[in-house]
Amino acid sequence: MQLLLNVENLMKRYMTGKSFGSREFLTALDGVSLSIQTATTLALVGESGSGKSTLALCVACLERPTSGSIWFDGRDVAALGEKQQRAVRPQIQVVFQDPSNSLNSRLTALEIVAEPLIIQRRFDKQTRSKRACALLERVGISAKKAGSRPDEFSGGQRQRLAIARALALEPKLLILDEALSALDCSVQAQIANLLLELQASLRLTYLFITHDFAMAAHLADEIAVMDHGRIVELGAAEKLLRSPEHEATRCLLAATPRFHGAANLPEGL
Amino acid sequence: MCHALAGLSFDLGPGEILGILGESGSGKSTLAASLLRLLPPNGIITRGLILFEGQDVLRARPRGMEKLRGRRISLIFQEPSVALHPAMRVRDQVEEVLRAHEPLDFAARRNRTRQVLASLFPADADRIANSYPHQLSGGQRQRVLVAQAIACGPSLVLADEPTASLDPTTQQEILALFRTLRQELGLSMVLITHNPGLLAGLADRVLVLYAGRAVEVGPAESVLASPQHPYTRALLRCMPPLDQESQASRKGMLPVISGESPNLSVLVRGCPFEPRCPEKMEVCKSCDPAAVPLSEAHTVSCFKFPG
Repeated sequence: MQLLLNVENLMKRYMTGKSFGSREFLTALDGVSLSIQTATTLALVGESGSGKSTLALCVACLERPTSGSIWFDGRDVAALGEKQQRAVRPQIQVVFQDPSNSLNSRLTALEIVAEPLIIQRRFDKQTRSKRACALLERVGISAKKAGSRPDEFSGGQRQRLAIARALALEPKLLILDEALSALDCSVQAQIANLLLELQASLRLTYLFITHDFAMAAHLADEIAVMDHGRIVELGAAEKLLRSPEHEATRCLLAATPRFHGAANLPEGL
Repeated sequence: MCHALAGLSFDLGPGEILGILGESGSGKSTLAASLLRLLPPNGIITRGLILFEGQDVLRARPRGMEKLRGRRISLIFQEPSVALHPAMRVRDQVEEVLRAHEPLDFAARRNRTRQVLASLFPADADRIANSYPHQLSGGQRQRVLVAQAIACGPSLVLADEPTASLDPTTQQEILALFRTLRQELGLSMVLITHNPGLLAGLADRVLVLYAGRAVEVGPAESVLASPQHPYTRALLRCMPPLDQESQASRKGMLPVISGESPNLSVLVRGCPFEPRCPEKMEVCKSCDPAAVPLSEAHTVSCFKFPG
C-alpha cells in the first residue's frame, strides 16, 4: 500500500499581537505528523480550536505552514512556490461543512460542477457539460435538477453538489471538513454511504475531519485525535474504541451521544 | 400552501422534559413558533387548542401573550452567535429581557441579573457579565441564552436545537445544565432536536415528528430503545454504532431511509411516510393512521398496529 500523504512536524503560528512587531502568537499546529495510505480514510477528531481545520487548510495548500513538510504524491508541497502549488491544488479538494456558504447561489447545479473545469481550462464546453452531468448523476442528483440553483435543493442534496464539484478535477485526496455535521442524522447516513461508494469505485483517499466519534469510527481506517494543535493519539478505529489512552480521546468518547441496541434493530417486523 | 403541522396532540407536566425528535421538514420549528404564536404573517393556526397552566393560548389577547412570552414560556434559539446582540454586554442583554417582561426597578433588575448569571457561571459570573458575545466561547454564549430564557422564572422553556453548533463536550455540559434546571427549578422543557442521542438520558418522553404529525409518542426509554413506528426504527437504525461489536460493520453501508423528506406543500392522502416505508401496506396509501395505544403511555400511528 502506498502513502499518498505524509505530513511531518507541521507548525503553524498566527501573529496575534496588537502592535506591529509584537511577539505574541497563537500556535494552531504544534508539530503535527500523520500519514494516509492511498484509497483509505484517516479521520481527524478533536474539539473546536484543536487545529483540525488549520491542518486541512495547510494540506490543501490554502495556508502556508510556518515550518514542517507536507509530502503529497512524492513532493513536499509546503516547499513549492505559488505557481507550482497551483498545479498541485486540483489534486487535493475540500468539501466544507456549510454548502450554502461554499456554493455560488447564483449558478445552477451544472454550472457549479463545471466551474472548476472552466477555471482550469480543461476540455471544450460540450465535454465539460457532459462530464458535469455525469458527476451529478454519480452523486445521486438527477439530470432534471441540473438547471436548479442551490436554494432549490435540500441540505443533503447541496452537500452532494459540493462533492460533485470537488470531484470535477479528479482529485486524489478529498478533505471533508465537518462535511456531515450540519446534516440531519438520516441524511448523514446517505452521504456517508455515498462517500464509501465513491472511495471504492474511484480509489479516493479521504481526510475526514469531524468531532463526531461515531461517524469517524464508522468511516475511517485510522483515527487521529487532536488537542491544542497536537496529535495526542493515533491508531486503528477499533483500538481507540476498545482502549483509548489519552485523556482527550476518552473525553471525546464519553461525550459522544450513544445508543444501546439501536444497531441491533432488525429490518421489518 | 404548506401544511406544516397536522393533528398534533401532546401534554406536558410540571418538571417534565419532552423531546421532540424531528428532522428538517418535519415541522419542528413551526411547532416551537406556534406554541408562542410567533409564526410569520403567512402562518395560520387553522385548528386546535393550546392550553398552558389552564390558559387558552390561542384565544389570548396581545397583552396576554406578552405576559406569557419570555415570562411564563421562553424560547432558547439554535444559533447563539446570531441570537445575541454583538454590541451589547452580556449583563445588559439579560437585563433587557427583565426590562421587557418584569416590573422591576433598576437595582432589582441588576440583582436578579447577577443571581441568574451566578447560577449559570459559578466560577466567573462577573467577567462573563462584562463581556461581549465575541469574547465568549460557543458554550458560554449558549449559557447566556439560557440565562435570558430563565431570567423571568418561566415554568416552560422551549429549546430548538440548542446544542447544534456546539462541540460534543460542550453539548453534554448544556444538557447537564438542563437536567440541573429541571431538578432545582422544577422547569418543564420541550427539547426539539434531530439527534436521538441527545434525548437519551435527558428526556422523560419522546414525540417523534414526521411531516407535521406525531407518529410515535412514549417514554424515552421505550421509544429510543424499542421503537415501534417504521420511521422511528429506520431513523435509529441509520446512526453509526459506537460499540466495539458493531465494528464488524465498519466501512459498510448504513441502512438508510430511501428518498427524501416529504414536500409539505403537497397535501397527501394516507400516511405521509408511506412512499419511504419499508413495511408499507395497501391501506397506507389511502388512509391516515390514527394513534393507537400500545401501552398506557406509548402510542404509535401506524396500520401495523390494529386500533
